[in-house]
Amino acid sequence: MKLETYISTYCHIRNNKILINGKPFIKDAFDTDFSIFSKKVYKDLNLSYPKFFKMDNLSKLAFLAAECVLNREKTNEDDNIAIVLTNRASSLDTDRKHQSSIQDKESYYPSPAIFVYTLPNIAIGEISIKHQLKSENAFFILDAFNAEFLHNYACSLLENNKAESVLCGWVDYDNEKYDCFMYKVSQIGDIKHTINKLQNLYKIKD
Amino acid sequence: MSKIYLTYNNIISSLGFTTTENIENISKDISGIEKIEDINLSQTPIYTSLVNTIKLDNTFKKLGNINDFTRLEKLMILSLHDVLTESNVKITPKTGLIISTTKGNIDVLDSSSKFSKKRAYLSELAKQIQRFFGFKNEAIVLSNACVSGVLAISVAKRLIKSDMYDNVFVVSGDIVSKFIISGFQSFQAISDSSCKPFSKNRTGINIGEAAASVLVTSQKENLAPDAVEILGDASCNDANHISGPSRTGEGLYRSMLSAFNEANIKTTEIDYVSAHGTATNYNDEMEAIAFDRINLEKVSINSLKGYYGHTLGASGLLESIVGMQSLYNNTLYASYGFDEIGVSKPLNIIKETTEKPLTTFLKTASGFGGCNTAAIFKKVL
Repeated sequence: MKLETYISTYCHIRNNKILINGKPFIKDAFDTDFSIFSKKVYKDLNLSYPKFFKMDNLSKLAFLAAECVLNREKTNEDDNIAIVLTNRASSLDTDRKHQSSIQDKESYYPSPAIFVYTLPNIAIGEISIKHQLKSENAFFILDAFNAEFLHNYACSLLENNKAESVLCGWVDYDNEKYDCFMYKVSQIGDIKHTINKLQNLYKIKD
Repeated sequence: MSKIYLTYNNIISSLGFTTTENIENISKDISGIEKIEDINLSQTPIYTSLVNTIKLDNTFKKLGNINDFTRLEKLMILSLHDVLTESNVKITPKTGLIISTTKGNIDVLDSSSKFSKKRAYLSELAKQIQRFFGFKNEAIVLSNACVSGVLAISVAKRLIKSDMYDNVFVVSGDIVSKFIISGFQSFQAISDSSCKPFSKNRTGINIGEAAASVLVTSQKENLAPDAVEILGDASCNDANHISGPSRTGEGLYRSMLSAFNEANIKTTEIDYVSAHGTATNYNDEMEAIAFDRINLEKVSINSLKGYYGHTLGASGLLESIVGMQSLYNNTLYASYGFDEIGVSKPLNIIKETTEKPLTTFLKTASGFGGCNTAAIFKKVL
């Protein structure tokens, strides 16, 4: 059964700027690193969620984008919102930190607080906890944003009644460089959910 | 709605280089876990299950240059090669490749590695496998902690149903590395002896390495004798804690419920449960609670971690393949390492390998990030 599916909200976070549905959420771009930028966004979103500061960069990026998308729409715990995220660098940014803590015998000090973030799907766990989403979730690694795969996988979840809507995205953090595009797909929305449309939306510039 | 099957398969582990070899050892109550002293893996001796390196290289030589590929790539290529050969499926633009791994070539980050650090990107690993066999499509890497191996089966099924592919080859694997061992040691989750899933005297996990592969297909014409149909599957998050399981087993319970709904069968129709059973206190307790909640407490159940340790991204697929052999051989394999029940809810742990007519089994897995997966399989008669 093929369903008509739509994108209701989408969000880009790149170059220290946030766009929600293509429009700037934070106007002033500033030349800073991600840790300062992410704190600024946290404040602008009026968040009060101390766990945020324990997260690694990948989780922070995914978490903030999910806030931007999900807060646009009223959601409650009963909503069956699946999460499907993709990226290129997996959790390598944090993997390198764990590796440097075990590389030398003299300075050997692995930390569970870092190690737990050496899995990309922890970012999905963080979003699930915040929004209480006890739903389908999966993290895939691809060479680049892959509209066809995301489209097909999200549709299969919706068509097989595994979810009522799907939070999809590309969330990559690697060596201080990052790129995030997240959106929500369901049977409700204004933008037709097609592979072509996803490709075009991903490429949007501010 | 077309039916989806799991068919030709392979396991490469400490217990052998084919599924048959692995099953022979399991049926003889042989575990692949050993005490190992290797400073390159751990500063203290560890109990782990490793693939024999000399055997790996000697076997791989027939396929390629042993110096061109990482340890994990050799394991995955050998495993997948076996399945491609056995199945005789021709790779077309509608043939998919899914790779399930948690850490891929993470060992190349170590300064002692001769490989470029670029190889740590999972897409680089994917390209090596894809190119080796000439798959026409980009490989899809699934990295979803310890449920990856079972979830990969769901993903293959879903992509076939959505017409993206006709057939999907799934290869899963992870190696034992200093990276992984040190991390689990920092969590104080590693046992100082062979692991004892669901036992009173359990003291944590053993990490192991393996590669496992399977062909997922909708084509009934080319099925192996041990093929099974996937009746239902689901993956639900606990939404509770990133490194600890839910105390109520919520995500696992919901995953099983959703899988049963899709399969449209009752829990009484399940002949065997292949649990995750890592042998940590919290995990095994959580599983027992979830199985009790869904009324599976009387069904024969085991954990295979006593044979292999926790093989991370490979475990779910490896254990599903062993489950297929259980059905095919009509044999319940003993839950190795079990002594006395050590969880708060009753479970019918398989104490001795026994023959019994079997038709349907449930596979479950749970992992960091609060993820859980359940899948129900039925023998093709």
